Amino acid sequence: MSGPHPPADWTADEMMTVAAARQLRDGTACFVGIGLPSTAANLARVTHAPNLVLVYESGCLGAKPDRLPLSIGDGILADTADAVVSVPEVFNYWLQPGRIDVGFLGAAQLDRYGNLNTTVVGGDYTTPAVRLPGAGGAPEIAASCGEVVVIVRQNLRTFTARVDFVTSVGYGAGPGDRQRLGLRGGGPRLVITDLGVLEPDPVSCELTLTRLHPGVTREQARAATGWDLAVAESLTTGDPPTAHELAVLRALQATTDGSRR
Amino acid sequence: MAKLVPLADAVAELVHDGDVVALEGFTHLIPFAAGHEIIRQGRRELTLVRMTPDVIYDQLIGAGCARRLVFSWGGNPGVGSLHRFRDAVQHAWPGPLELEEHSHAGMANRYVAGASGLPFAVLRGYTGTDLPRHTANIRPVNCPFTGETLTAVAALRPDVTVVHAQRADRAGNVQMWGITGVQKEAVLAAHRSLVTVEEIVAELTPVPGQVVLPGWAVTAVAEVPGGAHPSYAQGYSVRDNDFYRAWDAVSRDRATFRDWLDRHVHRAGATA
Repeated sequence: MSGPHPPADWTADEMMTVAAARQLRDGTACFVGIGLPSTAANLARVTHAPNLVLVYESGCLGAKPDRLPLSIGDGILADTADAVVSVPEVFNYWLQPGRIDVGFLGAAQLDRYGNLNTTVVGGDYTTPAVRLPGAGGAPEIAASCGEVVVIVRQNLRTFTARVDFVTSVGYGAGPGDRQRLGLRGGGPRLVITDLGVLEPDPVSCELTLTRLHPGVTREQARAATGWDLAVAESLTTGDPPTAHELAVLRALQATTDGSRR
Repeated sequence: MAKLVPLADAVAELVHDGDVVALEGFTHLIPFAAGHEIIRQGRRELTLVRMTPDVIYDQLIGAGCARRLVFSWGGNPGVGSLHRFRDAVQHAWPGPLELEEHSHAGMANRYVAGASGLPFAVLRGYTGTDLPRHTANIRPVNCPFTGETLTAVAALRPDVTVVHAQRADRAGNVQMWGITGVQKEAVLAAHRSLVTVEEIVAELTPVPGQVVLPGWAVTAVAEVPGGAHPSYAQGYSVRDNDFYRAWDAVSRDRATFRDWLDRHVHRAGATA
């Protein structure tokens, strides 16, 4: 399997993080997981979206960290938050009623309908080949946020025809499933990978490749997908990271709390 | 009124073999020193309850204290896997570990139900996921007013909950602030409770965002400065992120883990 071949002055992960950050609109509220989502959300806040509201499941509403936290509960999040609430409150009062516009999730496996697995891979549930961390906040973030943005590296291990466990529901088995299940949020609007961007087809809900990152081909994206990946007629190539985006991203990453890398 | 006692005495009195034990603290205020004392006293067959097992339950699981784990996210935040947890699930080392698995919203609501004296809590959650097929404590329930189908989760009532807080006074009133997670709910849901604190003070000066647990709602308080390390206590310490990163290598190998446990837990002795 061939990986992406970006120009030498940025990495595929940097392109993915920048592409994700660009999708976050100023003034919206975003439920942020740790890792790539947190990096992208903070990049957006420091660049084009100064009024982006970052909500962390530890109860920090409106956190404005000046360095990247390692965990969802680092002190910098509480110190800079508009409000710090309990964990029952963040889920019951803020997430559940639909007050959060965007949920930002990663996954170990994803299928063509954007269903996500972060629980077990291989074997069966009680004796898995690989035991993953599990659900955390994801099932209810996927259910209740206005929309979901998934950020995940694209390869045959991750992009699978069937997920081994449905931890968080995307479009279930296809059109109408979210309504039938009573899920009130809109579901996955975008899947941003190290190769490009996928969006659900408006009719079939199937994830469709709509944009490639610079230097990536549609054949590479299809070869990195475990199903017959649909490609949009209007497939475009996105803009490379700007010098400003890269400088801010690298400065943020250099400040990750306690970093010794 | 909460008794002020040394940590070793509190664990000896309140935590028994076979108990359902919740050590809570959402990244912040995790009661590591109490967890180490449970390991030193050789508790066995525990049902460990915690939203985020974190490094503390990786240590208890690897030390052989646990029979069962009730949880919602078992990773090392920002770092990767909990290797002792994975080894127990994938290879039954040092013994088999039964799992009861939830989402964060489900676990938080289970503590709320326990603290409220209710048999279950209601939420919009889990729908369409594979979790209810494996977890008996998640069931559909119909709203008696609208008929809508929602999700019920069974209340959590731990035998004992252990949390860490910044301060207590001599009457055992406990004060915590910063990210307070589910500590209040977990203490009020439990039959017995132990709070370790950074310091015992003559008077609790109010702090913005504080949660106060009255001494009459807590069983015991032990003064354990630094008792949350490598987690932290806002106003007293910062999260030792280097420890969390280093834990990945320490915990990956059984012999390295055992050596760490021997040097840093068994031979360390109680700090209070």
